[in-house]
Amino acid sequence: MSVVAPGLGQPSAPEPDFGDDGTRRAPRGRVEPVDRVFRAVLGGSGAVVLAIMLLVGVFLTYRAAQALGVAKFRFLTTSAWEPDSHHFGIAAVLTGTVLIGVTAIILALPLALGTALYISEYAPRRLKRTLISLVDLMAAVPSVVFGLWGAFFLQGHVVGLSRWISTYFSWIPLFKVDGADPHDPLQADTAYTSSTFIAGIVVALMVTPIACSVMRETFSQAPAGEREGALALGSTRWGMIRAVVLPYGRGGVIGGTMLGLGRALGETIAVYMIISPVFSVQPHILQNGTNSVSSLIALRYGSASDFGMSALMAAGLALFLMTLVVNFIASSIAARGRSGAGTEA
Amino acid sequence: MTTDLLKEPAGRTVRPALEDRDDSPEVRRNTSSVHTSDVLALLGAALGGLSLTALLFVWIAPFDSILGFVVVAYLLFVGLYAVLVSFDENSVAVRDKVAAVLWQSLGVLLLAALVMVVVFTLWRGKSSLVHLNFFTQDMATTGPLQPLTRGGMVHAIVGTLEQISISLVITVPLGLSCAVFLNEVPGRYARFVRTIVEAMTALPSIVAGLFIYATAILLLGLDKSGFAAALALSVMMLPIVIRASDVVIRLVPSSLREASYALGASKWRTVWTVILPTTRSGLTTAVILGTARGIGETSPVLLTSGINTGLNADPTNGPQLSLPLATFDLVRSPQPAYIARGFGSAALLMALVLLLFVLARVLGGRGPGELTRNQRHRRVQASRRDVARMSRRAQFRSAAPVAAPGLE
Repeated sequence: MSVVAPGLGQPSAPEPDFGDDGTRRAPRGRVEPVDRVFRAVLGGSGAVVLAIMLLVGVFLTYRAAQALGVAKFRFLTTSAWEPDSHHFGIAAVLTGTVLIGVTAIILALPLALGTALYISEYAPRRLKRTLISLVDLMAAVPSVVFGLWGAFFLQGHVVGLSRWISTYFSWIPLFKVDGADPHDPLQADTAYTSSTFIAGIVVALMVTPIACSVMRETFSQAPAGEREGALALGSTRWGMIRAVVLPYGRGGVIGGTMLGLGRALGETIAVYMIISPVFSVQPHILQNGTNSVSSLIALRYGSASDFGMSALMAAGLALFLMTLVVNFIASSIAARGRSGAGTEA
Repeated sequence: MTTDLLKEPAGRTVRPALEDRDDSPEVRRNTSSVHTSDVLALLGAALGGLSLTALLFVWIAPFDSILGFVVVAYLLFVGLYAVLVSFDENSVAVRDKVAAVLWQSLGVLLLAALVMVVVFTLWRGKSSLVHLNFFTQDMATTGPLQPLTRGGMVHAIVGTLEQISISLVITVPLGLSCAVFLNEVPGRYARFVRTIVEAMTALPSIVAGLFIYATAILLLGLDKSGFAAALALSVMMLPIVIRASDVVIRLVPSSLREASYALGASKWRTVWTVILPTTRSGLTTAVILGTARGIGETSPVLLTSGINTGLNADPTNGPQLSLPLATFDLVRSPQPAYIARGFGSAALLMALVLLLFVLARVLGGRGPGELTRNQRHRRVQASRRDVARMSRRAQFRSAAPVAAPGLE
């Protein structure tokens, strides 16, 4: 078991600082002019970043106001998208977004947890850095590449699985497929393509690295003293993981999962390339056709009128708020609990 | 009953006789956690699982799905492994070993998926990448039916490089100075900025594109152009770069910082000569990883750059295609040649990302203060020169020439 080296950066306790005459010296000396300029530059760059980030939210709200003013509460309950006849809403796209996101995160959670545990607990030390950068690499694989893989490779291989699930589990409403007869051997596969499930698998692969690196980070911070204590009491490695690492990293697991969910909700291109858009609430995840807020924007921005653009902004704002909430919950959970407290082994 | 010990006179200690010592050299104990029996159990279970599944699929049941084969084989493998291990271990150890197998196979599954995605793209892309004209021509005069020996992606390559350069020019100074700000000017304001930046790392990239589309293009009347695309990429990359560099700068040992302040250095001096050089490798990695994320983003570019088929090297004027957008646009066409070109540009994009990762791995990834061998060597040389210089000065100054302590 590795022993954590004592932190290099332990600030020593501040000595009281007395001047020659015994009075306490002012803690801050003369600020040089160059320093004042430097501070101003730093503060300015912080302000610019802040301004850009706030502007995104403010501007989206401003542009969306026109459409929201027309649609009012129907915006949340209408599933059609015909902004030019003032009949539009995000009920369908929001359902699709949430279903894709939840499917993705259910698939991603075990994958991320397993990989994080493998890297932090089982992998040989020499391999660790390589594995970490491979996971980072996976996070940087362009979404269009994932989309290509999903549409041209995965789709053909997963249809069989979709068909199997819908044949044996269609009594669960979620897995029902309208217009498909499981007992018809000549049933075409098209009923199962371009579905929420396939998009979910691809998005799962895209968000796993994020979730995995958050989890791995907290697992590797589990105090060495407690790990060694568990091992010294005769626990096996799995026992140690279950008794020390997992309880310690629970915040990281939940936070990483939520962070992944935030990513999954906002994913655009890969989803757009796989799904075939429908504008009705479609809760069957194995069935052809679904939709998401981001692919709605990608689909309709080109042909949108001025008012249509405002409606798309409103949809974008809804997506933005949703990811923001999920992300805030994620970071507050990840920061809470013991993982955040600096424990000394 | 009395023992011999009690018969001994009190107050005397008896040294027990030395045991016969074995003088042969001690045999080193095997402390490795890998034992032959484990390896054999793994191999046996794998073999058994495969054969049983093959038997089931080929002889007994009319199954034909490859996925089903893999799943059944894996389940049988885990079951057989548990049985094999249980022959010579207790149940706690069996659970430990099975858990190890499960977690490791999940890790392997993820890596396998990564390899599959990368290899599939490169493989499908190779048919168009082998033609040199792919890198030298644009698509201005190439129709949908023309073969892969005509036309190429040079306009998208130029577009990608220009757009990412512009967004790096924006993000690197702004991002790094903001990260320095978060660490060196702590306070409530800095905490607020950090919270906002952290929230923004989850900004959906299409929203970044939508924002620039609404401001730069609709409000300011800018054309759809490479510059607008670069702005959208910057909005998306900025939080990523800031967060990654923030983490790196936070790791700088505060003893270094305090030493610099104790020597009377100003904040600016400290940042410029201590913080930035110490974190150089980590900051490089942060920027490169941010670049890798930005270079492959399609959705911000989709709304802001526009699509063209000819070479347009001017980012401020007219639509400018980039590699991810070219991929996205080409594979929507039903023409096989277009799809092949789409895979070609995806493969090129993937190769660029891989290159950036190799660069990041070579240049950085070291913690602050960790040195390569060459750097260590240079440090030693520099410190030798300093000692020599100081001792020369000491000799020159003192009337009686005495060698400085610590030399020779």
